[in-house]
Amino acid sequence: MTAPALTSYRSAAPAGHDGFAQLLWAEWTKFRTVRGWIVGMMVAGLLTVGVGLLSHGECGSQASASAPVVTGGPACTSPLGPGGEAVTDGFYFVHRGMGSDGSITARVTSMTGSYSPDGVSTQDLKPGLQPWSKAGIIIKASASEGSAYAAMMVTGSHGVRMQWNFTGDAAGLGGAVSAASPRWLRLTRAGDTVTGYDSLDGTHWSVVGTVTLTGLPPTALAGLFAASPDYAVVTSRSAGGGSGSGGPSQATAAFDRVALRGARPAGAWTGTAVGGAPGGSYPVLGYRQSGGGLVVSGSGDISPVPPAGEGSVANTLVGAFAGLIAMVVVAAMFITAEYRRGLIRVTLAASPCRSRILAAKAIVVGSAAFVVALPAVVAATLIEEPLARSRGVFIDPVPVLTEVRVLAGTAALLAVAAVLALALGAVLRHSAVTVTAVIAVIVLPYFFAVPLALLPAGAADWLLRVTPAAGFAIQQPYPAYPQVTSAYTPGNGYYPLAPWAGFAVLCAWTALTLGLAMYLLRRRDA
Amino acid sequence: MSEATITVTGLRKRFGTTQALDGMSFTVQPGQVTGFVGPNGAGKSTTMRIILGLDAPNAGSALIGGRPYSSLRRPLSRVGAVLDAGALQPSRSGRNHLLWLARSQGLPARRVDEVIALVGLGPAIRRKAGGYSLGMRQRLGIAAALLGDPPVLILDEPFNGMDPEGIVWLRGFLGSLAGEGRSVLVSSHLMGELQDTAGHLVIVGRGRVIADTSVAQLIAAASGDRVTLRTAERPSAVTALEHAGAVVTAAGPDTLTVSGLPAEKVVAILGASAVPFSEVSAHRATLEAAYLELTQEAVEYRAVAVGSPGARVMR
Repeated sequence: MTAPALTSYRSAAPAGHDGFAQLLWAEWTKFRTVRGWIVGMMVAGLLTVGVGLLSHGECGSQASASAPVVTGGPACTSPLGPGGEAVTDGFYFVHRGMGSDGSITARVTSMTGSYSPDGVSTQDLKPGLQPWSKAGIIIKASASEGSAYAAMMVTGSHGVRMQWNFTGDAAGLGGAVSAASPRWLRLTRAGDTVTGYDSLDGTHWSVVGTVTLTGLPPTALAGLFAASPDYAVVTSRSAGGGSGSGGPSQATAAFDRVALRGARPAGAWTGTAVGGAPGGSYPVLGYRQSGGGLVVSGSGDISPVPPAGEGSVANTLVGAFAGLIAMVVVAAMFITAEYRRGLIRVTLAASPCRSRILAAKAIVVGSAAFVVALPAVVAATLIEEPLARSRGVFIDPVPVLTEVRVLAGTAALLAVAAVLALALGAVLRHSAVTVTAVIAVIVLPYFFAVPLALLPAGAADWLLRVTPAAGFAIQQPYPAYPQVTSAYTPGNGYYPLAPWAGFAVLCAWTALTLGLAMYLLRRRDA
Repeated sequence: MSEATITVTGLRKRFGTTQALDGMSFTVQPGQVTGFVGPNGAGKSTTMRIILGLDAPNAGSALIGGRPYSSLRRPLSRVGAVLDAGALQPSRSGRNHLLWLARSQGLPARRVDEVIALVGLGPAIRRKAGGYSLGMRQRLGIAAALLGDPPVLILDEPFNGMDPEGIVWLRGFLGSLAGEGRSVLVSSHLMGELQDTAGHLVIVGRGRVIADTSVAQLIAAASGDRVTLRTAERPSAVTALEHAGAVVTAAGPDTLTVSGLPAEKVVAILGASAVPFSEVSAHRATLEAAYLELTQEAVEYRAVAVGSPGARVMR
């Protein structure tokens, strides 16, 4: 053996450093130096902005202004409630004036109804109430649509409720009303404050709710009302929302022991069909005196209109779905390309702490996705909402915090999906397999449940609860109102899980996959 | 032990049914090029991957300066390696490939340009690496290995795909790197590539070391005690030499190989017997021949192993 040199080589170069910051910088350098990936991210951003532009419904294709049940397109005009939201405000109102201090009390002894199953004929009516047929007492700013109100009511199948200003809803006594089991209802007004009570006997009263109606005029209207939303059966779901069959319905309630305190001016009852005469072909709408009481028949509804289709800010964000597909492809390639070329060995030799590599890659690809997606979704909203409005579409406003949650949440959704794709790529180590897997777990459930609506509602809801596609719930801009029967479908921007819960499901899947990827990367030979 | 010493001890590694490494042990010392030679499938690449902490052995250890690779801080300034010159993102330029590696070690971009100049890569370094020839990729890989100016270099088949000019350059380059006191471990399945480059040889077959020796010793051992004789009068030469106790075999029309007698004795006997000759020289085996002799067994093994399921992972 030849004698080796006694002193081995020592570099004269200054020593570097290999902390996590250096690793992040290295992974970012890797990411930005492949033009295809940068182009892919830009394409993702453009798709996010652009795809929404392609999806325009025709203004006014909604079946009926008072029928939010089956929505096929945006509303052209709609009365607005005190909160600025689109509302339906159509009912029969028997009223007198009321000063700023007063109360109204009435006993409801019966409630019956009928409906037209096919929506065409009013000759062949079937008896029965709708679940949210409603009749009771109401204090309302005026008889014009959308004005402030508070009401105590009995309903078709949801017992006694207190409702106010269209979106407010509180439960009172349960059970159906009948002559043997009547319900006493009371509203008291003190300035802007209205309190609702219910009672079974007119002696023992319970408070159902106290609400403040800002700007209630000194002289408001108080009285009795009846309304009944359209009978509807949602038979299928489609891109725009849903289709189904249905028709107008009507409810009739009998009141007695009606007492109005603080009436101003004193006078007789006046009947008004608020919001025109929805279901006007009913011959029996109106009121009549009956013994010591009143019988009121009405049709329509007093409720918010759940925004759907182009009338929803969710509609401007459908492009994010296309952007997501482009981003997961780039994110998967970010790791699988290294496996394909054996580059992963160079990476691992440079940074032997393997979990840190995945963490650095996740941060790089997640941040890149977020930084591209956020301006894209903001641009989509800024471009598409004015365009839709210019075509006369009413878009329901959302609170600022909700808007921030929807926009930043959508960007975060894309970022987390990108990290999920990266983690899956590290597990599967193959581009095509990884992209297929990501499509299968996040894109397909969404695609089948939302744009295609191929699945029955139950299966679609289930997919959107347990798969990573649950994360799309973060895009839901409006709450689903329990007091309004409507097509609360993903296609209309309503998800089975609450926004943050759905997002948490996606994050949980991503964390799980990333953990598995780190475990396998440490354990497997490179 | 210096921090540039590679110590491989009792490595065993199984891929499925294939025993890729079967007690591989050797030491690489600084100051010389150590050739890591053996037929394809002998376990060279697997050993190198284990040294770099990429594969985990079933048994044994591989240490650099007494420590496992995975515990090294700033590993690229301790060990530079080229396992696969094709390990590049084709759409990334060679310079950017070096740049991200430099970033991972906190090295300045200036160092990237230094190593590019060192390996003689020109303006092509700014083009996409997918268009590089294999020879250019080898140079790029060597540039990457030199980024951290490490005392240990590990190169797997670096001569592959190089043109003759590149081979000459690389031989000289590796020699000078070793001359600076670095440990240089270079694998090859062709002994000829290492001729005049390697000072030491670790010859492997069937996942273990067959010979761990200096080049000079190997050639001496393979040459044996033989003398080559050129003469126009073969019969009288054979008679005289056999009479003196030598074993003589014909090696050509006027060439004989004589064993059992040193060259000076052969000259003396031929002179005493008045047999004319034109040349007497000590027989010197080529490195190639010595190697083939040693690895014949392993090559036979390979012929069997190629058809086996584990053959894919063997190089």
